[in-house]
Amino acid sequence: MVNNMKLRVGLGSCGIAAGALDIWEKIKGECAARGLNIELQPTGCIGMCHHEPLMDIIDDEGKIFTYGNLSTENALEIFEHHLSGQGPLAQYLLSSEGTQKDFMESQWRIVLRNCGSINPESIDDYRKEGGYTALEKVLNSMSPERVIEELKISGLRGRGGAGFPTWFKWEAAYKEKGQGKYLICNADEGDPGAFMDRSVLEGDPHAVLEGMAIAAYVIGAATGIIYVRAEYPLAVKRLQIAIEQARDNGFLGKNILGKGFLFDIKIKQGAGAFVCGEETALIASLEGERGMPRLKPPFPAQKGYWGKPSNINNVETFANIPWIINKGGQAFAALGTPDSKGTKVFALAGKIKRGGLVEVPMGISLRDIIFKIGGGIKDNKKIKAVQLGGPSGGCIPEELLDIPVDYQSINNTGAIMGSGGMIVVDESTCMVDMARFFLEFTQKESCGKCVACRIGTKRMLEILERISSGKGKEGDIELLEELAGEIKAASLCGLGQSAPNPVLTTIRYFRDEYEAHIKEKKCPAKQCKALITYIIDPELCKGCGICARKCPVNCIKGEKKEPYVIEQDKCIKCGTCLEACPSKFAAVVVE
Amino acid sequence: MNCCYNSEKPVEDLDKFDFSLLEEIIKKYKDEAGSLISVLQEAQDIYSYLSLPLLKYIAAELHIKPARVYGVATFYTQFRMKPVGKYHILLCKGTACHVNGSGRIETALCEELKIETGETTQDGLFTLDSAACLGCCSLAPVMMINGQAYGPLSAEKARKIIRDLYAAEKQALGDGE
Repeated sequence: MVNNMKLRVGLGSCGIAAGALDIWEKIKGECAARGLNIELQPTGCIGMCHHEPLMDIIDDEGKIFTYGNLSTENALEIFEHHLSGQGPLAQYLLSSEGTQKDFMESQWRIVLRNCGSINPESIDDYRKEGGYTALEKVLNSMSPERVIEELKISGLRGRGGAGFPTWFKWEAAYKEKGQGKYLICNADEGDPGAFMDRSVLEGDPHAVLEGMAIAAYVIGAATGIIYVRAEYPLAVKRLQIAIEQARDNGFLGKNILGKGFLFDIKIKQGAGAFVCGEETALIASLEGERGMPRLKPPFPAQKGYWGKPSNINNVETFANIPWIINKGGQAFAALGTPDSKGTKVFALAGKIKRGGLVEVPMGISLRDIIFKIGGGIKDNKKIKAVQLGGPSGGCIPEELLDIPVDYQSINNTGAIMGSGGMIVVDESTCMVDMARFFLEFTQKESCGKCVACRIGTKRMLEILERISSGKGKEGDIELLEELAGEIKAASLCGLGQSAPNPVLTTIRYFRDEYEAHIKEKKCPAKQCKALITYIIDPELCKGCGICARKCPVNCIKGEKKEPYVIEQDKCIKCGTCLEACPSKFAAVVVE
Repeated sequence: MNCCYNSEKPVEDLDKFDFSLLEEIIKKYKDEAGSLISVLQEAQDIYSYLSLPLLKYIAAELHIKPARVYGVATFYTQFRMKPVGKYHILLCKGTACHVNGSGRIETALCEELKIETGETTQDGLFTLDSAACLGCCSLAPVMMINGQAYGPLSAEKARKIIRDLYAAEKQALGDGE
């Protein structure tokens, strides 16, 4: 019987989606029913989303055994195995098979330092890891100027997308004379395919609060607001708990740490608008209006929320602050490249073997992230490109994967660093369709204030739809390029200015695919519905009839043991037959 | 919208509706500037969607022009102007899901439910909506039904989930008789 066993279950949104809550409840129930005195700890996302649900068992000696891809039954079996003193159950272990090592080895965790190892709902856990010591240090011994200086040394740049130096924004807000300043945390993570901020908020909310309190001290704000997506209910809940705990422990409130420093934080939930990631739109939304950007200057540092000087930083930026204060700006600047210091968190997804949340030092190559950490491409297909920066970013082709991850190198490719979404695509992804996908998104999310963005993106989308449905015309590519230039030039905010990026980069690197769609009416990746046909190869078909039974429109005809045929005029190209055909036959082909 | 929408006078037909559940919310936010979005969010939590009379009521109570309330309500994707079905399906259309074939799942769901995305089935059981990203990218392609995530999906799996829910509903109806 093992007594000092500790058990951790990853209860981030991704873990819960994969079924972790059920495991957690069962084990909790088991412990309660049998009166077992085992320390159970819910924790945030460790980053290995591809192995969710995840469970750690920490034995008497403090050795950590990580298990992944669990079902509730497996988890209970493992639990019993450890409990009876038989040690780890090797067949479910991730830590032994090396995948965990490969995944973690090239990473450097500053922002994610506590994610997946502490209980995000416990301020004591956070304090055990040195939490709130940075705030103490600042209040006890550092002037606002000194903190700004330290940030300047660290070289930290805003992690929300634009990469503006953080010290510069803080200094601007600090120097502003006005009263009633506000500090705002932008947690309106709207990029499809990005979940960095959510994971930090769910896994280590106190780090963000501590970073905010330090920023508030520097700029002289008494009120902090976290603008968080309503689509992140778990993050909202954990933030609420963390704020309560911080107040109870004197880290927020009227007289923080007895130093007479006053600062409190409230949460405002966004209602779903991508454009609200833009500072002035976010402020409009906070004021209860439609989230539409306005002209800058005046910058928010001069006239922000309710016309008061306001400073806005992203979640990841704030989470870096306590580490920088504790370890010094130099230590942060020692990581990365001359113009891009420190680390960056990426949400790795798409056609990748080991998708998840990774934090790497700047300067690492894209190839290393994708192949060393991510384990390469699913089903051993060939990588085609990686999409960085979401709808504002661009596609970087395979031949450029050796460039280092830093702001300038990535900008040179036509993409942007963005907030950290990294979608890997393989040869079966159509780049025209990819561009169309992003344009469809930005077109829908355009707030409509600037004509060029509102109507321009719509026209670009129409052209892309025309191309992918086989009705593309000679000159369409040039027309797209022309429109792109005009939208970039005539839009007020970042959404419009960057909306054409996915189209421009795919034209730049994959022009031949556009041309194949337009001239040959072919989709080389065999994705664009209008340009493909599903057929059954009579040589390969064994006449099992599975496809015919599964076809939703009953357009596959034939006799048992004879080759089946798809009636093309009825086919809706849903791909069900392709999925249904047993892989040993692989008789359904796409042309 | 008709022109009385811009009038600040309370609209008479509001008496026909019972919005007493909103009183608490209005009281909580009445004196807080810029709280319209929070009011709308909490109202939607109660009524599941924002009807026109409800928007008019909120406008009158908060002393905001109805056109502005309507403008805000239609700007944000979170707000619904129509009721949702018993099962609210959110199909993720994030980038990771897109490259992993969410388009095929959408086709299958529309086929199976005989509705388009954004619509509700005639029997009021299912509403199919899409979401920009549900954030569980490693389960791509994924959908969420009433908060429960399902993934990774194939067209066939998605159909089966719907059929199972339908079957469970039928069974429940049978049991009730």
